[in-house]
Amino acid sequence: MAEPGPTRVLLTEEGPALISGPVELELPDGTRVRSDRAVTAVCHCRRSKRYPICDASHRRKVRQEGPDA
Amino acid sequence: MTATLEPNFLQQVAAPDLPAPRGPLSEAVVEALRGGPLRPVDPAGAEPYGDDLQLALHCCYELHYRGFAGVDAEREWDPEVLGLRRELERVFLAALRADVEPGENVPAEVDALLVEPVGPGVRGVSHHLQREGTLEQLREYVAHRSIYHLKEADPQAWAIPRLNGAAKAGLVTVEHDEYGSGRPERMHALLFAEMMTELGLSDAYGAYVEHVPGETLAEVNLMSLCGLHRSLRGASVGQFAMVELTSSPGSERLVRGMRRLECGPASIRFYDEHVEADAVHEQVVRRGVLAPLLEAEPELAADVVFGIRASLFLGERMGERLLGCWDRGETSLRMPLAPGRP
Repeated sequence: MAEPGPTRVLLTEEGPALISGPVELELPDGTRVRSDRAVTAVCHCRRSKRYPICDASHRRKVRQEGPDA
Repeated sequence: MTATLEPNFLQQVAAPDLPAPRGPLSEAVVEALRGGPLRPVDPAGAEPYGDDLQLALHCCYELHYRGFAGVDAEREWDPEVLGLRRELERVFLAALRADVEPGENVPAEVDALLVEPVGPGVRGVSHHLQREGTLEQLREYVAHRSIYHLKEADPQAWAIPRLNGAAKAGLVTVEHDEYGSGRPERMHALLFAEMMTELGLSDAYGAYVEHVPGETLAEVNLMSLCGLHRSLRGASVGQFAMVELTSSPGSERLVRGMRRLECGPASIRFYDEHVEADAVHEQVVRRGVLAPLLEAEPELAADVVFGIRASLFLGERMGERLLGCWDRGETSLRMPLAPGRP
């Protein structure tokens, strides 16, 4: 649904930029990625395996070794 | 795709049959719903997470969703059934309150959920299915999950009228996405049904209730319990937050497991969709639901933490059931699945 006023983009501290409404993202090579979600999380940390869409790869990871490690 | 005579999932209206009882409590509920008198039973002392009590609760709750074949829809508000449901809920809730450490620090709880354990020492169903699980184990996992995913987002929808302002708008934003953002063909429940069909499983609502143990029913019963009680709306939001905050990495592991097992496109699509969807939902739940809810009603913090920890607790019990059975080379279901179609 169209919101009155400009498109809102929320830049989060730890992860993606959140963009309201459907968006089309164009990458440097001309590839276009479309998202119809009410909110789209655009990767800002470049760690996403689905760049430019956030896949939560920005999360802190804690390694747990196996019993025989 | 093979042609099928079954109506597709979106056209299904038939209610499931009442399940076979697993003890005196579920027998009392099933008998009453078949039209007999409600035999007096005392849930006190019953195993709170056991098959009998959880199936009895499941049957009581299903009256609020799709009901059962041959059971009058008005039984949803039968005071006798509701009275027994209340007693079953008291036993379940008291056990959860005793087994779950209380807390009030929601931001710390959320931060803990956002740390992703990795490496060979992590024990979990999605880790197992990513690394080494068999196709049969994956099919079992999907059968367990079908109890929730064929009504995905429904239990949390009960919370909508129980919230106000920004928290309500935030919850609806996520729920709207779960229901396909106005496009029925994108409803997550339908994507799940399509995966089931591709894996040779029945996508009929409730088809695997007879197969799944109390551990599986308990997870979904917690959602219904918290959704149907306004007094537990904080816990409902906590439960919802737990799912949305942890689902993205778990879904990625399942996608990898399914690719390893050479599953078809519908199977991969369901979890693939959840990697991206839940990366967004995590953000909306934290900023759009939890933050405004706790600003408006800070006294709900302890219930939010309870919802998070209770769903983690039940999730771990279910995970242990699956991994324990698989370690022993057994099925994690009460009876084996029919062989999948080639």
